Amino acid sequence: MVVLENKVEIDKKLFPVLKAVNDPEIPVSIIDMGMVREAVLEENIAKVKITPTYSGCPATDMIAFDVKMALEQAGFNPEVESVIDPPWTTDWITEEGKKALEKFGIVAPVDATSDKKALMGEKHILKCLNCGSTHTEMVSQFGSTACKAQFRCLDCGEPFDYFKCLI
Amino acid sequence: MSNTEKITPYPKAIDKVEFIYGIADSSLILAQRLSELTGHGPTLETDMALTNIALDLFGQVRSYYQYAAKLIGDNKTEDDLAFFRTEREFKNVLLVEIPNKDFAYVIGKQFLYDQFHYLLLRELQKSEDVTIAAIARKSIKETAYHKEFSSNWIKRLGDGTEESHKRMQTAIDDLWKYSDEFFYPTAADKKMLEEGVGVNLEELRKEYRSNIAEVLEEATLEIPELEYFQKGGKDGRHTEHMGHLLSEMQYMQRTYPGMEW
Repeated sequence: MVVLENKVEIDKKLFPVLKAVNDPEIPVSIIDMGMVREAVLEENIAKVKITPTYSGCPATDMIAFDVKMALEQAGFNPEVESVIDPPWTTDWITEEGKKALEKFGIVAPVDATSDKKALMGEKHILKCLNCGSTHTEMVSQFGSTACKAQFRCLDCGEPFDYFKCLI
Repeated sequence: MSNTEKITPYPKAIDKVEFIYGIADSSLILAQRLSELTGHGPTLETDMALTNIALDLFGQVRSYYQYAAKLIGDNKTEDDLAFFRTEREFKNVLLVEIPNKDFAYVIGKQFLYDQFHYLLLRELQKSEDVTIAAIARKSIKETAYHKEFSSNWIKRLGDGTEESHKRMQTAIDDLWKYSDEFFYPTAADKKMLEEGVGVNLEELRKEYRSNIAEVLEEATLEIPELEYFQKGGKDGRHTEHMGHLLSEMQYMQRTYPGMEW
């Protein structure tokens, strides 16, 4: 078993297969996104539970399909189930996942309490990925996908995405 | 089919399914109205926000319908419930089927709905039905964002320019008569409350009114005085707008049944 930071246990043989499956909208492994909730191997049956980030995320069906394909190609007999409880939280994104998000140009979710404050109308302090300035502002709480908010840097003018917290 | 074979009404009217329709249909119809604005929002950011909210709601509705379809059995799917029910079989509140008219109406409807939706989900998390409680726990996180979005716009438009204030007040005055139907329990609501699955809707009214008043006051908008409120949607009696909305929403599946992407 491989135990992740988010306490999820994944069968050793299934780990590399699932690690190679990315979110179709963001080049980050679904394991690092915290979308894999369980992965056990019983004889040759790979039982995998995945969870959506947002209820309406159109990538969810695609991810289930990709997981099935990857497992089949690796010689397993997949049984993929989608679960919603407990609900996904940005706290489940691993450190590696956060780094991958930033590399792709999306500011990773800051700790949950600061986001709660933002939801209550208080300000976020996010660092611009382009120039490093913290002189940034939120343009909209809703971005190009359900999971992102739009920000802009007031110093260099760069617009950027923020993976908003869901806690 | 022989004459003796009994035709069961579709879908089978069971209390829990009716109860789920009462929750999910409102979100579906509101999302359908919101999606009319995709590509037509007043600004790019607002366009994306409204589309995102619609997407969240569609996602939540899918979870409810998947569960309802399982309860009905008979190989029914979520799509059957969305695309093959007739107007009378939809149990959404009247508020959500009102046309968008202008941006103030869009925000007004969203605000009156989000404020209720949030309270409903908060209570549904305690439901003894584990699936419904799980959907509520997932949905409330998203609805918290919706509620903040619509409340902020109410304040921005109400306390904005003379024109935006006038339009927002007009929308609130007009929509107000639809703001009480949420709390009217249907037979299915009552039955589910008895079974520990549902929510005591009437108990939420006071908190809703006070939350709404707080935002409207900050928005410098007047709270309309009204004694008679409209209802009927939750019992399947809709406004003239509903049929038109459904004909557009259901067109593809009615024309090409079972069509998939």
